[in-house]
Amino acid sequence: MTRVYPGVTPVHALGPLDLDLARGEFFSVVGPSGCGKSTLLDVLAGLSPPTAGKISFEGRPVVGEVPDGIGVVFQEDASFPWLAVRDNIAFGLRRAGTEPAEIARRVAYAVGFMGLDDFADAFPAQLSGGMRQRVCIARTLVLQPRLILLDEPFGALDQQTRLLMGDELLRLWRETGSTILLITHALDEAALLSDRVGVMSARPGRFIDLVSTGWARDRDSRIASDPGFGAITARLWAALRPESIKAMGRTAL
Amino acid sequence: MTRARRIIWTRLVLIAGAVGLIELLCRLGIITPLTIIAPSQMAFELARMMASGELVRPAAYTFMEVGSAFAVSVVAGGALGALVHARPRLRRALDPLLGSWYAVPFFVFYPLLVALFGLNALPLIAIGVIFAAPAMMLSTLAGLDRVPRVMRKVARVHRLSRVQEVRLITLPSAAPHLFTGLKLAFAYSFIGIIAGEFILSGGGLGYGIAYAYESFENRKMYALMLFVLLIATGVNGALHVWDGRLARRWGRT
Repeated sequence: MTRVYPGVTPVHALGPLDLDLARGEFFSVVGPSGCGKSTLLDVLAGLSPPTAGKISFEGRPVVGEVPDGIGVVFQEDASFPWLAVRDNIAFGLRRAGTEPAEIARRVAYAVGFMGLDDFADAFPAQLSGGMRQRVCIARTLVLQPRLILLDEPFGALDQQTRLLMGDELLRLWRETGSTILLITHALDEAALLSDRVGVMSARPGRFIDLVSTGWARDRDSRIASDPGFGAITARLWAALRPESIKAMGRTAL
Repeated sequence: MTRARRIIWTRLVLIAGAVGLIELLCRLGIITPLTIIAPSQMAFELARMMASGELVRPAAYTFMEVGSAFAVSVVAGGALGALVHARPRLRRALDPLLGSWYAVPFFVFYPLLVALFGLNALPLIAIGVIFAAPAMMLSTLAGLDRVPRVMRKVARVHRLSRVQEVRLITLPSAAPHLFTGLKLAFAYSFIGIIAGEFILSGGGLGYGIAYAYESFENRKMYALMLFVLLIATGVNGALHVWDGRLARRWGRT
Protein backbone atom coordinates (compact mmCIF):
# COMPACT_ATOMS: atom_id res chain seq x y z
CA MET A 1 0.00 0.00 0.00
CA THR A 2 0.98 3.65 -0.35
CA ARG A 3 -0.13 6.84 1.30
CA VAL A 4 0.07 10.23 -0.40
CA TYR A 5 -1.10 13.37 1.37
CA PRO A 6 -3.09 15.31 -1.20
CA GLY A 7 -2.58 19.06 -1.62
CA VAL A 8 -1.16 21.64 -4.00
CA THR A 9 2.12 19.71 -3.87
CA PRO A 10 1.12 16.17 -2.83
CA VAL A 11 3.44 14.58 -0.27
CA HIS A 12 4.27 10.94 -0.90
CA ALA A 13 4.57 9.86 2.72
CA LEU A 14 4.62 6.11 2.60
CA GLY A 15 5.24 3.07 0.46
CA PRO A 16 4.79 1.18 -1.62
CA LEU A 17 5.18 -1.35 1.13
CA ASP A 18 3.84 -4.76 1.96
CA LEU A 19 3.74 -6.18 5.47
CA ASP A 20 2.31 -9.32 7.02
CA LEU A 21 2.14 -9.62 10.80
CA ALA A 22 1.88 -13.08 12.26
CA ARG A 23 -0.61 -13.60 15.09
CA GLY A 24 1.14 -13.15 18.44
CA GLU A 25 4.20 -11.54 16.90
CA PHE A 26 6.07 -8.58 18.42
CA PHE A 27 7.01 -6.40 15.48
CA SER A 28 8.85 -3.08 15.73
CA VAL A 29 9.30 -0.39 13.15
CA VAL A 30 12.36 1.87 13.17
CA GLY A 31 13.11 4.59 10.70
CA PRO A 32 14.53 8.08 10.33
CA SER A 33 12.38 10.98 11.51
CA GLY A 34 9.74 12.02 9.03
CA CYS A 35 9.83 8.67 7.19
CA GLY A 36 6.13 8.02 7.69
CA LYS A 37 6.18 5.74 10.75
CA SER A 38 3.19 7.44 12.34
CA THR A 39 1.42 7.52 8.98
CA LEU A 40 1.95 3.76 8.78
CA LEU A 41 0.31 3.33 12.17
CA ASP A 42 -2.63 5.57 11.22
CA VAL A 43 -3.19 3.61 8.04
CA LEU A 44 -2.88 0.21 9.75
CA ALA A 45 -5.32 1.28 12.46
CA GLY A 46 -7.87 2.51 9.96
CA LEU A 47 -7.47 6.11 11.12
CA SER A 48 -6.53 7.22 7.62
CA PRO A 49 -7.06 5.37 4.33
CA PRO A 50 -4.21 4.16 2.11
CA THR A 51 -4.01 6.04 -1.19
CA ALA A 52 -3.42 2.76 -3.00
CA GLY A 53 -3.50 -0.83 -1.82
CA LYS A 54 -5.44 -2.32 1.04
CA ILE A 55 -5.21 -3.26 4.69
CA SER A 56 -6.84 -6.25 6.25
CA PHE A 57 -7.11 -7.42 9.81
CA GLU A 58 -7.95 -11.06 10.54
CA GLY A 59 -8.95 -11.46 6.93
CA ARG A 60 -11.41 -8.55 6.87
CA PRO A 61 -10.62 -5.29 5.07
CA VAL A 62 -9.95 -2.23 7.23
CA VAL A 63 -12.01 0.57 5.73
CA GLY A 64 -12.91 3.90 7.28
CA GLU A 65 -12.97 2.88 10.94
CA VAL A 66 -10.80 1.22 13.53
CA PRO A 67 -11.81 -2.47 13.59
CA ASP A 68 -12.88 -4.18 16.78
CA GLY A 69 -9.87 -5.94 18.27
CA ILE A 70 -7.31 -3.22 17.47
CA GLY A 71 -6.02 -1.01 20.28
CA VAL A 72 -3.83 2.02 19.77
CA VAL A 73 -1.49 3.82 22.17
CA PHE A 74 -0.30 7.19 20.94
CA GLN A 75 2.93 9.06 21.39
CA GLU A 76 1.18 12.05 22.96
CA ASP A 77 -0.40 11.95 26.39
CA ALA A 78 -3.95 10.94 25.59
CA SER A 79 -5.19 10.41 29.15
CA PHE A 80 -8.40 12.22 30.02
CA PRO A 81 -7.57 14.86 32.64
CA TRP A 82 -11.20 15.02 33.81
CA LEU A 83 -11.36 11.35 34.80
CA ALA A 84 -9.64 9.58 37.68
CA VAL A 85 -7.16 6.88 36.64
CA ARG A 86 -9.73 4.14 37.31
CA ASP A 87 -12.35 5.85 35.11
CA ASN A 88 -9.79 6.60 32.42
CA ILE A 89 -9.01 2.90 32.22
CA ALA A 90 -12.68 1.91 32.27
CA PHE A 91 -13.58 4.36 29.48
CA GLY A 92 -13.60 1.94 26.57
CA LEU A 93 -15.28 -0.84 28.54
CA ARG A 94 -18.11 1.48 29.54
CA ARG A 95 -18.55 2.52 25.90
CA ALA A 96 -18.72 -1.14 24.93
CA GLY A 97 -21.47 -1.74 27.51
CA THR A 98 -19.49 -4.28 29.50
CA GLU A 99 -21.05 -5.54 32.77
CA PRO A 100 -20.05 -3.35 35.75
CA ALA A 101 -18.64 -6.34 37.65
CA GLU A 102 -16.52 -7.32 34.66
CA ILE A 103 -15.37 -3.70 34.24
CA ALA A 104 -14.32 -3.60 37.89
CA ARG A 105 -12.46 -6.89 37.54
CA ARG A 106 -10.56 -5.93 34.39
CA VAL A 107 -9.77 -2.42 35.64
CA ALA A 108 -8.46 -3.79 38.93
CA TYR A 109 -6.25 -6.21 37.02
CA ALA A 110 -4.93 -3.50 34.67
CA VAL A 111 -4.31 -1.11 37.55
CA GLY A 112 -2.26 -3.77 39.33
CA PHE A 113 -0.50 -4.89 36.17
CA MET A 114 0.58 -1.37 35.33
CA GLY A 115 1.69 -0.63 38.91
CA LEU A 116 -0.94 2.05 39.43
CA ASP A 117 -2.48 0.62 42.61
CA ASP A 118 -1.71 3.66 44.72
CA PHE A 119 -2.99 6.04 42.08
CA ALA A 120 -6.26 4.47 40.97
CA ASP A 121 -8.24 7.40 42.35
CA ALA A 122 -5.75 10.09 41.34
CA PHE A 123 -6.22 12.35 38.36
CA PRO A 124 -3.71 12.38 35.49
CA ALA A 125 -2.46 15.86 36.43
CA GLN A 126 -1.16 14.33 39.66
CA LEU A 127 0.89 11.71 37.81
CA SER A 128 4.24 11.78 36.02
CA GLY A 129 4.43 11.52 32.22
CA GLY A 130 5.42 7.86 32.40
CA MET A 131 2.52 7.01 34.68
CA ARG A 132 0.07 8.81 32.42
CA GLN A 133 1.36 6.78 29.50
CA ARG A 134 0.80 3.65 31.61
CA VAL A 135 -2.79 4.79 32.13
CA CYS A 136 -3.18 5.01 28.36
CA ILE A 137 -1.68 1.56 27.90
CA ALA A 138 -3.99 0.19 30.60
CA ARG A 139 -6.98 1.84 28.89
CA THR A 140 -6.08 -0.07 25.75
CA LEU A 141 -5.15 -3.28 27.55
CA VAL A 142 -8.51 -3.74 29.33
CA LEU A 143 -10.25 -3.96 25.97
CA GLN A 144 -8.17 -7.09 25.34
CA PRO A 145 -7.20 -6.11 21.81
CA ARG A 146 -5.78 -8.80 19.60
CA LEU A 147 -3.54 -6.27 17.86
CA ILE A 148 -1.95 -3.42 19.81
CA LEU A 149 -0.39 -0.58 17.84
CA LEU A 150 1.97 1.63 19.82
CA ASP A 151 3.35 4.87 18.40
CA GLU A 152 6.54 5.74 20.29
CA PRO A 153 4.71 5.34 23.59
CA PHE A 154 7.89 5.83 25.62
CA GLY A 155 9.24 8.70 23.54
CA ALA A 156 8.99 11.23 26.34
CA LEU A 157 10.56 9.02 29.02
CA ASP A 158 14.11 8.79 30.28
CA GLN A 159 16.21 5.81 29.23
CA GLN A 160 15.88 3.80 32.45
CA THR A 161 12.13 4.22 32.63
CA ARG A 162 11.93 3.25 28.96
CA LEU A 163 13.75 -0.01 29.60
CA LEU A 164 11.47 -0.88 32.51
CA MET A 165 8.38 0.07 30.55
CA GLY A 166 9.67 -2.15 27.76
CA ASP A 167 9.84 -5.03 30.23
CA GLU A 168 6.24 -4.34 31.23
CA LEU A 169 5.24 -4.31 27.60
CA LEU A 170 6.91 -7.68 27.06
CA ARG A 171 5.10 -9.10 30.08
CA LEU A 172 1.82 -7.74 28.76
CA TRP A 173 2.52 -9.28 25.36
CA ARG A 174 3.36 -12.67 26.88
CA GLU A 175 0.37 -12.75 29.20
CA THR A 176 -2.23 -11.55 26.70
CA GLY A 177 -0.95 -13.26 23.59
CA SER A 178 -1.70 -10.11 21.59
CA THR A 179 0.12 -9.15 18.43
CA ILE A 180 2.13 -5.97 18.94
CA LEU A 181 3.35 -3.41 16.46
CA LEU A 182 5.66 -0.89 18.11
CA ILE A 183 6.89 2.23 16.40
CA THR A 184 10.06 3.59 17.92
CA HIS A 185 13.07 5.67 17.03
CA ALA A 186 15.23 3.83 19.56
CA LEU A 187 17.21 1.04 17.91
CA ASP A 188 18.07 -0.66 21.20
CA GLU A 189 14.42 -0.70 22.19
CA ALA A 190 13.47 -2.35 18.89
CA ALA A 191 16.32 -4.85 19.18
CA LEU A 192 15.45 -5.76 22.78
CA LEU A 193 11.72 -6.15 22.51
CA SER A 194 10.93 -7.52 19.10
CA ASP A 195 10.62 -10.81 17.30
CA ARG A 196 11.09 -8.89 14.06
CA VAL A 197 12.15 -5.35 13.27
CA GLY A 198 11.23 -3.50 10.09
CA VAL A 199 13.71 -0.81 9.07
CA MET A 200 12.16 1.97 7.05
CA SER A 201 13.79 4.18 4.46
CA ALA A 202 13.68 7.97 4.43
CA ARG A 203 10.44 9.41 3.02
CA PRO A 204 8.56 7.91 1.27
CA GLY A 205 8.95 5.17 3.87
CA ARG A 206 9.47 1.63 2.58
CA PHE A 207 10.87 -1.41 4.35
CA ILE A 208 14.53 -1.74 3.42
CA ASP A 209 15.31 -4.53 5.86
CA LEU A 210 13.35 -6.97 8.00
CA VAL A 211 15.46 -8.30 10.86
CA SER A 212 14.43 -11.38 12.85
CA THR A 213 15.93 -11.31 16.31
CA GLY A 214 15.38 -14.92 17.29
CA TRP A 215 14.83 -14.10 20.97
CA ALA A 216 13.01 -16.55 23.20
CA ARG A 217 9.46 -15.52 24.09
CA ASP A 218 10.37 -15.33 27.75
CA ARG A 219 12.76 -12.37 27.79
CA ASP A 220 13.34 -8.97 29.32
CA SER A 221 15.71 -6.03 29.02
CA ARG A 222 18.56 -8.06 30.52
CA ILE A 223 19.14 -9.60 27.08
CA ALA A 224 21.06 -6.36 26.45
CA SER A 225 24.06 -8.34 27.73
CA ASP A 226 23.55 -11.03 25.07
CA PRO A 227 26.17 -10.76 22.30
CA GLY A 228 23.35 -11.10 19.77
CA PHE A 229 21.88 -7.83 20.97
CA GLY A 230 24.88 -5.81 19.80
CA ALA A 231 24.87 -7.62 16.45
CA ILE A 232 21.19 -6.90 15.86
CA THR A 233 21.52 -3.24 16.86
CA ALA A 234 24.53 -2.93 14.57
CA ARG A 235 22.62 -4.44 11.67
CA LEU A 236 19.71 -2.08 12.25
CA TRP A 237 22.03 0.89 12.33
CA ALA A 238 23.90 -0.24 9.22
CA ALA A 239 20.63 -0.24 7.31
CA LEU A 240 19.34 2.93 8.88
CA ARG A 241 22.42 5.15 8.79
CA PRO A 242 22.33 6.13 5.09
CA GLU A 243 18.59 6.75 5.38
CA SER A 244 19.03 8.96 8.42
CA ILE A 245 21.70 10.93 6.59
CA LYS A 246 19.28 11.34 3.68
CA ALA A 247 16.49 12.47 6.02
CA MET A 248 18.82 14.91 7.77
CA GLY A 249 19.99 16.36 4.47
CA ARG A 250 16.42 16.92 3.48
CA THR A 251 15.67 18.64 6.77
CA ALA A 252 18.78 20.80 6.37
CA LEU A 253 17.64 21.85 2.92
CA MET B 1 -1.39 28.13 58.21
CA THR B 2 -0.91 27.50 54.49
CA ARG B 3 0.12 30.26 52.12
CA ALA B 4 -3.28 30.26 50.39
CA ARG B 5 -5.05 30.55 53.72
CA ARG B 6 -2.82 33.44 54.80
CA ILE B 7 -3.65 35.26 51.56
CA ILE B 8 -7.39 34.76 52.16
CA TRP B 9 -7.07 36.10 55.68
CA THR B 10 -5.06 39.11 54.51
CA ARG B 11 -7.77 39.80 51.93
CA LEU B 12 -10.54 39.55 54.54
CA VAL B 13 -8.65 41.80 56.94
CA LEU B 14 -8.15 44.42 54.19
CA ILE B 15 -11.84 44.41 53.28
CA ALA B 16 -12.97 44.44 56.90
CA GLY B 17 -10.50 47.25 57.61
CA ALA B 18 -11.82 49.38 54.74
CA VAL B 19 -15.45 48.81 55.77
CA GLY B 20 -14.56 49.50 59.42
CA LEU B 21 -12.81 52.73 58.46
CA ILE B 22 -15.82 53.98 56.47
CA GLU B 23 -18.09 53.00 59.37
CA LEU B 24 -15.89 54.97 61.78
CA LEU B 25 -15.65 58.06 59.55
CA CYS B 26 -19.42 58.04 59.06
CA ARG B 27 -20.12 57.61 62.77
CA LEU B 28 -17.73 60.45 63.63
CA GLY B 29 -19.51 62.71 61.13
CA ILE B 30 -16.37 63.23 59.06
CA ILE B 31 -18.30 61.71 56.15
CA THR B 32 -21.80 63.21 56.09
CA PRO B 33 -24.86 60.96 55.55
CA LEU B 34 -25.54 62.95 52.37
CA THR B 35 -22.37 61.47 50.90
CA ILE B 36 -22.29 57.93 52.31
CA ILE B 37 -24.31 56.31 55.05
CA ALA B 38 -22.53 54.00 57.48
CA PRO B 39 -22.09 50.42 56.14
CA SER B 40 -23.99 49.06 59.14
CA GLN B 41 -26.94 51.27 58.19
CA MET B 42 -26.77 49.98 54.62
CA ALA B 43 -26.89 46.41 55.89
CA PHE B 44 -29.70 47.25 58.31
CA GLU B 45 -31.74 48.95 55.58
CA LEU B 46 -31.11 46.02 53.22
CA ALA B 47 -32.32 43.57 55.87
CA ARG B 48 -35.42 45.71 56.40
CA MET B 49 -36.14 45.81 52.65
CA MET B 50 -35.73 42.06 52.43
CA ALA B 51 -38.03 41.48 55.40
CA SER B 52 -40.70 43.83 54.09
CA GLY B 53 -40.67 42.14 50.69
CA GLU B 54 -40.10 45.34 48.72
CA LEU B 55 -36.88 43.88 47.29
CA VAL B 56 -38.64 40.90 45.74
CA ARG B 57 -40.06 42.60 42.65
CA PRO B 58 -36.98 44.51 41.46
CA ALA B 59 -34.65 41.62 42.30
CA ALA B 60 -36.85 39.08 40.50
CA TYR B 61 -37.04 41.37 37.48
CA THR B 62 -33.27 41.81 37.32
CA PHE B 63 -32.58 38.12 37.90
CA MET B 64 -35.02 37.24 35.13
CA GLU B 65 -33.21 39.61 32.76
CA VAL B 66 -29.72 38.51 33.78
CA GLY B 67 -30.72 34.83 33.69
CA SER B 68 -32.22 35.19 30.21
CA ALA B 69 -29.25 37.15 28.85
CA PHE B 70 -26.83 34.65 30.43
CA ALA B 71 -28.66 31.61 29.04
CA VAL B 72 -28.95 33.06 25.54
CA SER B 73 -25.30 34.18 25.61
CA VAL B 74 -24.02 30.79 26.71
CA VAL B 75 -26.03 28.86 24.14
CA ALA B 76 -25.56 31.30 21.24
CA GLY B 77 -21.94 32.16 22.12
CA GLY B 78 -21.04 28.50 22.52
CA ALA B 79 -22.75 27.50 19.28
CA LEU B 80 -21.21 30.38 17.32
CA GLY B 81 -17.80 29.58 18.84
CA ALA B 82 -18.08 25.96 17.69
CA LEU B 83 -19.26 27.03 14.24
CA VAL B 84 -16.48 29.58 13.77
CA HIS B 85 -13.91 27.07 15.07
CA ALA B 86 -14.94 24.66 12.34
CA ARG B 87 -14.56 27.36 9.65
CA PRO B 88 -11.02 28.79 9.73
CA ARG B 89 -11.65 31.26 6.93
CA LEU B 90 -14.72 32.69 8.67
CA ARG B 91 -12.65 32.87 11.82
CA ARG B 92 -9.89 34.88 10.17
CA ALA B 93 -12.55 37.25 8.81
CA LEU B 94 -14.17 37.69 12.24
CA ASP B 95 -11.02 37.93 14.33
CA PRO B 96 -10.52 41.73 14.17
CA LEU B 97 -14.24 42.33 14.76
CA LEU B 98 -14.25 40.14 17.86
CA GLY B 99 -11.00 41.68 19.04
CA SER B 100 -12.45 45.20 19.01
CA TRP B 101 -15.92 44.18 20.16
CA TYR B 102 -15.67 45.68 23.63
CA ALA B 103 -14.49 49.03 22.26
CA VAL B 104 -18.01 49.73 20.94
CA PRO B 105 -20.44 51.54 23.31
CA PHE B 106 -23.42 49.33 22.61
CA PHE B 107 -25.82 51.39 24.70
CA VAL B 108 -26.14 53.75 21.72
CA PHE B 109 -28.10 50.99 20.00
CA TYR B 110 -30.81 51.06 22.66
CA PRO B 111 -33.25 53.11 20.49
CA LEU B 112 -32.80 50.58 17.71
CA LEU B 113 -33.36 47.68 20.12
CA VAL B 114 -36.55 49.33 21.45
CA ALA B 115 -37.75 49.80 17.88
CA LEU B 116 -37.03 46.11 17.24
CA PHE B 117 -38.32 44.54 20.47
CA GLY B 118 -40.67 47.15 21.98
CA LEU B 119 -40.65 48.83 25.38
CA ASN B 120 -40.16 45.84 27.63
CA ALA B 121 -37.34 43.73 29.09
CA LEU B 122 -36.19 42.42 25.71
CA PRO B 123 -34.02 45.40 24.65
CA LEU B 124 -32.13 45.15 27.96
CA ILE B 125 -31.73 41.38 27.64
CA ALA B 126 -30.43 42.03 24.12
CA ILE B 127 -27.84 44.45 25.53
CA GLY B 128 -26.82 41.82 28.09
CA VAL B 129 -26.43 39.28 25.27
CA ILE B 130 -24.43 41.72 23.13
CA PHE B 131 -22.05 42.12 26.08
CA ALA B 132 -21.85 38.51 27.17
CA ALA B 133 -22.14 36.32 24.05
CA PRO B 134 -18.78 37.29 22.48
CA ALA B 135 -16.98 36.47 25.74
CA MET B 136 -18.55 33.00 25.67
CA MET B 137 -17.73 32.67 21.99
CA LEU B 138 -14.07 33.60 22.48
CA SER B 139 -13.75 31.21 25.42
CA THR B 140 -15.33 28.43 23.36
CA LEU B 141 -12.82 29.07 20.58
CA ALA B 142 -9.94 29.05 23.07
CA GLY B 143 -11.26 25.84 24.63
CA LEU B 144 -11.67 24.04 21.31
CA ASP B 145 -8.23 25.21 20.19
CA ARG B 146 -6.74 23.49 23.20
CA VAL B 147 -8.36 20.09 22.73
CA PRO B 148 -5.27 18.00 21.89
CA ARG B 149 -5.39 16.63 18.35
CA VAL B 150 -4.71 13.15 19.66
CA MET B 151 -8.14 13.18 21.37
CA ARG B 152 -9.74 13.09 17.91
CA LYS B 153 -7.86 9.88 17.20
CA VAL B 154 -8.72 8.43 20.62
CA ALA B 155 -12.39 9.04 19.83
CA ARG B 156 -12.03 7.17 16.55
CA VAL B 157 -10.17 4.28 18.17
CA HIS B 158 -13.10 3.93 20.56
CA ARG B 159 -15.46 4.20 17.58
CA LEU B 160 -17.43 7.09 19.08
CA SER B 161 -20.07 8.82 16.99
CA ARG B 162 -19.61 12.56 16.41
CA VAL B 163 -22.19 13.34 19.12
CA GLN B 164 -20.53 10.94 21.61
CA GLU B 165 -17.16 12.45 20.81
CA VAL B 166 -18.40 15.97 21.55
CA ARG B 167 -20.14 14.86 24.76
CA LEU B 168 -17.50 12.49 26.11
CA ILE B 169 -14.25 14.02 24.87
CA THR B 170 -14.46 17.47 23.28
CA LEU B 171 -16.60 19.20 25.90
CA PRO B 172 -14.80 17.82 28.97
CA SER B 173 -11.47 18.52 27.33
CA ALA B 174 -12.44 22.15 26.70
CA ALA B 175 -14.29 22.46 30.02
CA PRO B 176 -11.88 24.79 31.86
CA HIS B 177 -12.09 27.38 29.08
CA LEU B 178 -15.83 26.91 28.69
CA PHE B 179 -16.13 27.51 32.39
CA THR B 180 -14.17 30.74 32.11
CA GLY B 181 -16.66 31.65 29.38
CA LEU B 182 -19.56 31.00 31.78
CA LYS B 183 -17.92 33.18 34.41
CA LEU B 184 -17.36 36.05 32.00
CA ALA B 185 -20.82 35.65 30.47
CA PHE B 186 -22.39 36.00 33.92
CA ALA B 187 -20.29 39.05 34.79
CA TYR B 188 -20.96 40.78 31.47
CA SER B 189 -24.70 40.00 31.52
CA PHE B 190 -24.95 41.35 35.04
CA ILE B 191 -22.99 44.53 34.28
CA GLY B 192 -24.86 45.13 31.00
CA ILE B 193 -28.29 44.63 32.55
CA ILE B 194 -27.69 46.67 35.73
CA ALA B 195 -26.12 49.52 33.74
CA GLY B 196 -28.96 49.36 31.24
CA GLU B 197 -31.58 49.48 33.96
CA PHE B 198 -30.00 52.62 35.35
CA ILE B 199 -30.79 54.64 32.28
CA LEU B 200 -33.18 52.69 30.14
CA SER B 201 -35.64 50.81 32.32
CA GLY B 202 -38.75 51.13 34.45
CA GLY B 203 -37.92 48.24 36.77
CA GLY B 204 -35.20 46.11 38.31
CA LEU B 205 -32.37 46.77 40.77
CA GLY B 206 -30.50 49.26 38.55
CA TYR B 207 -33.67 51.26 38.08
CA GLY B 208 -34.33 51.08 41.84
CA ILE B 209 -30.90 52.57 42.57
CA ALA B 210 -31.39 55.37 40.03
CA TYR B 211 -34.90 56.09 41.34
CA ALA B 212 -33.73 56.21 44.95
CA TYR B 213 -30.88 58.50 43.92
CA GLU B 214 -33.23 60.92 42.18
CA SER B 215 -35.64 61.01 45.07
CA PHE B 216 -32.88 61.53 47.69
CA GLU B 217 -33.54 58.17 49.38
CA ASN B 218 -29.94 57.63 50.35
CA ARG B 219 -30.55 54.68 52.65
CA LYS B 220 -32.48 52.78 50.04
CA MET B 221 -29.96 53.60 47.34
CA TYR B 222 -27.01 52.33 49.36
CA ALA B 223 -28.92 49.25 50.50
CA LEU B 224 -29.64 48.34 46.88
CA MET B 225 -26.04 49.03 45.89
CA LEU B 226 -24.87 46.75 48.68
CA PHE B 227 -27.28 44.05 47.50
CA VAL B 228 -25.99 44.25 43.91
CA LEU B 229 -22.39 44.07 45.14
CA LEU B 230 -23.15 41.07 47.37
CA ILE B 231 -24.83 39.20 44.51
CA ALA B 232 -22.01 39.95 42.07
CA THR B 233 -19.23 38.99 44.50
CA GLY B 234 -21.15 35.98 45.82
CA VAL B 235 -21.82 34.45 42.41
CA ASN B 236 -18.38 35.31 41.11
CA GLY B 237 -16.72 33.94 44.26
CA ALA B 238 -18.59 30.65 43.95
CA LEU B 239 -17.65 30.37 40.27
CA HIS B 240 -14.06 31.24 41.14
CA VAL B 241 -13.82 28.40 43.66
CA TRP B 242 -15.29 25.96 41.14
CA ASP B 243 -12.96 27.27 38.44
CA GLY B 244 -9.97 26.70 40.73
CA ARG B 245 -11.05 23.10 41.30
CA LEU B 246 -11.37 22.46 37.57
CA ALA B 247 -8.01 24.08 36.86
CA ARG B 248 -6.30 21.92 39.50
CA ARG B 249 -7.86 18.75 38.19
CA TRP B 250 -7.00 19.55 34.56
CA GLY B 251 -3.46 20.41 35.65
CA ARG B 252 -3.61 24.07 34.68
CA THR B 253 -2.66 25.60 38.01
